[in-house]
Amino acid sequence: MSVRAAIRAHLMPVVVSLWFAFLFLPFAGLDAGGLRAAGVLFAAFVAALFLWKSLSGAAGKVKTQMAAFSRLIPSDSRYLAVFLIPVLILPQVAETYVVDVAVICGIYIILALGLNVVVGFAGLLNLGFVAFYAIGAYTYALLNTKIGLGFWQALPFSLVLTTLAGFLLAVPALRLKGDYLALVTLGFGEIVRLVLNNWDRLTRGPNGISGIAVPTLPGVPMGRLSNYYYLVLCCALIAVFIINRVKSSMIGRAWLAIREDEVASSAMGINTVRYKLYACAFGAFWAGLAGSLFAAKMQFVSPESFTFMESVLILCMVIIGGLGSIPGVIVGAMVLVFLPEVLREVQLYRMLALGGGLVFLMVFRPQGLFGGKGVSVGG
Amino acid sequence: MLLQQIINGLTLGSVYALIALGYTMVYGILELINFAHGEIYMLGAYLGIILLGFFTAIGLTSYSLTLSIILTLVLTVIFCSSYGFTIEKIAYKPLRKAPRLSPLISAIGVSIFLQNYVMLTQGATDKVFPQLFGDRGIEFFSTRVSFLQGAIIAVAAAVMLVLHAFVSRTRMGKAIRAVAQDKTMASLVGINIDMVISVTFIIGSGLAAIAGVMVAMYYGLVNYFIGYSAGIKAFTAAVLGGIGSIPGAMFGGILLGLIEGLGASYISSEYKDAYAFIILIIILLLKPEGLLGKASEEKI
Repeated sequence: MSVRAAIRAHLMPVVVSLWFAFLFLPFAGLDAGGLRAAGVLFAAFVAALFLWKSLSGAAGKVKTQMAAFSRLIPSDSRYLAVFLIPVLILPQVAETYVVDVAVICGIYIILALGLNVVVGFAGLLNLGFVAFYAIGAYTYALLNTKIGLGFWQALPFSLVLTTLAGFLLAVPALRLKGDYLALVTLGFGEIVRLVLNNWDRLTRGPNGISGIAVPTLPGVPMGRLSNYYYLVLCCALIAVFIINRVKSSMIGRAWLAIREDEVASSAMGINTVRYKLYACAFGAFWAGLAGSLFAAKMQFVSPESFTFMESVLILCMVIIGGLGSIPGVIVGAMVLVFLPEVLREVQLYRMLALGGGLVFLMVFRPQGLFGGKGVSVGG
Repeated sequence: MLLQQIINGLTLGSVYALIALGYTMVYGILELINFAHGEIYMLGAYLGIILLGFFTAIGLTSYSLTLSIILTLVLTVIFCSSYGFTIEKIAYKPLRKAPRLSPLISAIGVSIFLQNYVMLTQGATDKVFPQLFGDRGIEFFSTRVSFLQGAIIAVAAAVMLVLHAFVSRTRMGKAIRAVAQDKTMASLVGINIDMVISVTFIIGSGLAAIAGVMVAMYYGLVNYFIGYSAGIKAFTAAVLGGIGSIPGAMFGGILLGLIEGLGASYISSEYKDAYAFIILIIILLLKPEGLLGKASEEKI
């Protein structure tokens, strides 16, 4: 019996490897690129298979360490200072290219923080968050190029419009549960993109809108990248501050209660529909801010920037860091913006790794890198 | 003109119906939107090209075209079913008890992975499907039904009839229905839940594979991102008919195909892709249980 068990234990990985070879082989094609890609993947899968046992052991260790690490972060504000200093002096020491990526990263942080309010706090899965980002960006782009409003005059319109859009989408959508809500938001995102793509007279369709002005501040030339960096940094800090305050307010606690158990929280007298509406509108607000900053940074918008993949990318930032954790979301955004830049050599494989990584993360650490078991509201 | 659009819509609709069946069966059992299902269809389309290319290279297509197409279909079904089976084991099975967000995100991960895998190995440009049938067809009342359109509708109808017989007549079909109704209860009466779930994934992937090969033949072009929009549309079809209901998926698929075909020619072809989303949103808001589904009470 034990001999049979031993044979099985040794044979299993071989059989599974052969199985993966069978799955990957037909797509290899006959050119070198395809063969190499299939080979790399096959090797990765077989390696993962043979290391399975030690891997799951290591995952347990990583889990406990990460938990300890995440306990440290929010409680001790000294860590915040250590984190802030390099951020503050970055434009003075780093190359333009790095600052450029950092600006994009800052915009994504605001965006991901906004989505975190909807998904992480209130537990409403939104797969079309990019729609609000697009509305924010196009509002500024159109107001600027058609009417000639500056960034600061257009910003309130952007913010109000996206908040309103979030609210209006939420009114009917909130009657739905879980997966269905995700699909309606996905549909909304696609419809917004298709409208932007096809409404040629207003949006110039797939060609996009170019020549959008950079923001001006009296005495500060915003055309300079480093100054724009500080503007985005300020916005991100404001977002972190306000969202953090709201999180520990009555509204924030109501969101968390709804996320944990909707029936129980409505039994406790929380008007769940109203608080979910707040979450959608509040989350969309930040997407509007991020969108305006994005349009001003790029000085160009086109529907191509607002695809479903973008929604997924933002969702990944929230999930990798840990649903509901503000430091986690910031780290998640940084990882997903900077990592592809670092990994330029293996650029082709990065989306592949993102997909595989998502599955891996869900299987081994569904609460994300920083997410705890629940989100503490005490401290 | 109208009849022509109806024929085109029926062709497209029967393909949507085939894919929708996979969504609806998996949702019926696991309550999971299998985001990777569209990619299985895409894999099927690519495999069709790869295998037919191979058969042409070894001279089988010039020997017997029918045989090589049947072989392509059979091999593609086997292969895609293996993919479906493996994906379930790796990405969904460990998450069966996890919160509902986790398997959904895992499915999105699988979808991204497969898309990029095919892009890496097969290239980012369109692949052309070999023209095998030429332009043969029959004409009546100034309407053309190409041979291929007829074949697609016929094959889809036959496959759906077989599936219906399988689910309603066989032991395994009964087990699938039982698990869809109540997993715990089904396992108590001795049904192997894991096996039923695997069989569901295998069948659904096989159907998507058939759809993939047929669409690739019909349009003649394949790209690594066709799975996303086809998947969303098929899911819309499943929701339209009533998710979890097998006749509903067939009905919803054909209805969606017709709406798209007629809408594109009579309303606006630019927004062709938006119809599915608009219908999805309207159905979800007004009648979430779908046209043929039955409303379920929420259990607390």
